[in-house]
Amino acid sequence: MKTETTSIWKQSISNGLIAGALCVLVSLVGMVESFGDTYIVQGLITLGDFILLIPIVLMTYTTLSKVSGLRRTTLLGVSAIIGAVAGSLLTLLILLGQVVDLRIMFINASPALFSQLMRGVPLPLGALVPPLQGVIAAFIGLGILLIPARPRSAVIQGILWVVFLGTLRDQILLIDLFKSQPVSTVLKSVVFSRSGLTLIGALLVFAITAGLSYYRSGRNKPATVTVPTKTQKRNRLILIVILAAVLMVLPYVLGIFYSEILDTTGLFIMMGLGLNIVVGFAGLLDLGYVAFYAIGAYTMGVLTSPGLGLYHLTFWQALPIALLAAWLAGIILGLPVLRMRGDYLAIVTLGFGEIVRLLVLSDWLKSYLGGTQGIQSIAQPKIGALEFDTLQTLYYLIVIGIAIVAFIAWRLKDSHLGRSWMALREDEDVAQAMGINLVLTKLLAFSTGALFAGLAGTLGAAKLTSVYPHSMTFIVSINVLVLIIIGGMGSIPGVFVGALVLIGLPGLLTEFEEYRLWFYGLALVFMMLNRPEGLWPEARRKRELHEETTELVAE
Amino acid sequence: MFKRWRQRVTFTDIVVWAIGIAIGFAVVYGTIVTWRRAEYTPEQWINLTIDGLKVGGIYALIALGYTLVYGILRMINFAHSEVFMSGPFTAVFLAMYLDKIGFYNAQPLISLILVTLLSTAVSITVALLLERIAYRRLRYAPRLVPLITAIGASFFLQYTFRGMYGNDPETYPTLDVLQGVWMLGPVPVPKTDLVVIASAFFLMLILYTIVQKTKTGKAMRSVSEDKEAAALMGINVDKIIVFTFGMGGASAGIAGILYALIFSQVHFYMGFIPGLKAFTAAVLGGIGNVVGAWLGGTLLGLIESLGPNLFLSGLGIPAANQLKDGIAFAILVFILIFRPTGLLGERISKTKA
Repeated sequence: MKTETTSIWKQSISNGLIAGALCVLVSLVGMVESFGDTYIVQGLITLGDFILLIPIVLMTYTTLSKVSGLRRTTLLGVSAIIGAVAGSLLTLLILLGQVVDLRIMFINASPALFSQLMRGVPLPLGALVPPLQGVIAAFIGLGILLIPARPRSAVIQGILWVVFLGTLRDQILLIDLFKSQPVSTVLKSVVFSRSGLTLIGALLVFAITAGLSYYRSGRNKPATVTVPTKTQKRNRLILIVILAAVLMVLPYVLGIFYSEILDTTGLFIMMGLGLNIVVGFAGLLDLGYVAFYAIGAYTMGVLTSPGLGLYHLTFWQALPIALLAAWLAGIILGLPVLRMRGDYLAIVTLGFGEIVRLLVLSDWLKSYLGGTQGIQSIAQPKIGALEFDTLQTLYYLIVIGIAIVAFIAWRLKDSHLGRSWMALREDEDVAQAMGINLVLTKLLAFSTGALFAGLAGTLGAAKLTSVYPHSMTFIVSINVLVLIIIGGMGSIPGVFVGALVLIGLPGLLTEFEEYRLWFYGLALVFMMLNRPEGLWPEARRKRELHEETTELVAE
Repeated sequence: MFKRWRQRVTFTDIVVWAIGIAIGFAVVYGTIVTWRRAEYTPEQWINLTIDGLKVGGIYALIALGYTLVYGILRMINFAHSEVFMSGPFTAVFLAMYLDKIGFYNAQPLISLILVTLLSTAVSITVALLLERIAYRRLRYAPRLVPLITAIGASFFLQYTFRGMYGNDPETYPTLDVLQGVWMLGPVPVPKTDLVVIASAFFLMLILYTIVQKTKTGKAMRSVSEDKEAAALMGINVDKIIVFTFGMGGASAGIAGILYALIFSQVHFYMGFIPGLKAFTAAVLGGIGNVVGAWLGGTLLGLIESLGPNLFLSGLGIPAANQLKDGIAFAILVFILIFRPTGLLGERISKTKA
């Protein structure tokens, strides 16, 4: 017993140090300062504070949830130590910053950061602020742990909603629907303040969301999936109709600013659905996926742009050719590559993506592809008198495109081909022994994925009316990969969730742009370590991943 | 005879070979045209060769990290390019400080050693943290999981360093000692180049000795053969893996300083392209093989610097140097297709590959 208590004290110090190191890292990377004036709740807490303190909260929570049977006083003591140790590291950083000018190396270690870490208290006394803050954060973590399970998840959801809505205050007020007089005044005076929520608004949001979540978790879920009854089927139909109606009015309700984000998210959903077939269904990791988007976009550009003057087709005339080009590219690039497996394939596709980009950039093909300047004034689609030339009208085309692509993906998933893909993903040799034609199956996965990316490329070209080689980088491939991994590999709803969370949300927060890839990296590592099946997992995939780990533990 | 041949050769093989032969023909044709035109003087060729050797040495040092880790864990440590970036990007601040107080050019040797030590220490730390935090728990996970983790870690590190040290490139101060040329016979060779080539070569020699001749190296090789059997023989597998990552980090840190001596600018994104090329080098030489890394790196450096002028300009492609990276990636693709075991690689059995 005694050894256990001493070990938990020791652990609390080392975990406190880790949490502190994370706090220092977050501060030095610059997030605390750049989000320092984005209030979540006016006058109480900023997004910067939230990001600074979240490592301490999480660390306390995980440290204490691993051990059981501790007395209340011990719990309090342990969390106090974690918070104080972590905060002291921040104090250490501040004191170091007083002695030497850290800004030569760490550009963010400015006096402004230090004063923010001390919450404006001048130095001798201010040194005590970070540890104090740390202890408070640790107690919050402890508090969350002590709540019983059902209300706990409700509380966590409530907090997340408050953070979410508070951060997005400016963007929410930009919604066209809320611009009408009465709604706007109520929102601006009661719920939101100049930055973030008011205290009343925060409590309101928390009460509503936490209450809803508590109510929902209380209802019993059916233990097994049953065949849907007639009423259930009708309910589902009604739901789909409502959803479609909401989707139809969305760009006009939300306004121009949101339409841009919706369009971009839509294009990424389309690409995600394509890559989901390649990576999620067939298990072929493709890191050069942007190449197919580029081929779609560039074919559209070459065929329709008067700037290059090679051809003068309309959007609809060029569309089938562009799609065919992307599909053929999928086959041509696929044929030699598909003899490899696993990570070699990943690296080769990455090489292909880079080769395509370098070719487009080169002077050699400049007269055909425009070199570094890209291609301008690409045709936009037009049906009769109906011109799709604004973000809001193009949105409808993108939605239709997604609907088609999603339908194809959904039907393919449980088809003979889809099952072959999944067999391939699980074990190539066994799949071959079962009579699956490896080359054909892989090629179909590759070319279908390429086709979808090509479609996204043509619409993307029409959206911007231009294409540039600089927008076809490796990072785009990674974006698509991350969104299907976060959503859940092989899961079609997962693609939507992933795109909304990873493309839509950062699109709203413009100041967030700088840290987007930082978070992507963190999210990838975190998901792979803790939840490799994703946010919205595909049932079979989940079983697969967890089976393997349990087996190995048993060994 | 013909029937048997027909059964063995599939449609894909034919397509692949057709592409391969077409490219081979283009290379030979371009080379002949360039030679007959005699566009470049012999001196230019020698300079290009030296360029290739110095970059090749750096590739070889980075490739070592990929090769060692792949040999032991069968995973591509995609974040190794960030291990390479972290060292010189941190050490540049020491170099700038030393330059400001006038120590850098007064004591060039000591300064270089100090800067290299810092760079190496940072790179080793990053490599070990990666192993401890990210990879160790995934040692028995399905194969794509560690690779995706590595990609995530790579981005996380890039943007962490960007956030800490800023978006702009930093410049290493110039060392007066290394300015100017040494005469190598009739050919003038920049001093920096010679220093870089020589130190890369000696380092590879030292690392080779460690892997081939010491007891730890023997343990490393046995772990890469078979982890369980090695553990049964009393080898601490965890320790060996940590040592491997450390060694990869150390060679990447030193490679970073050599890189900085040549190009002098360092920034947060500097690791990506050299990392990819070093991986190409590792594959070219045969992954899992130290001599292969050296051979692959040197060859890749040479092809990359000679190639554009040798065969691309012969084919009538303008500004062929823009396609330098393209050549490297094309080599990567074709080596993986035609000879995935690389030049020196032993034939890896299917379960391993």
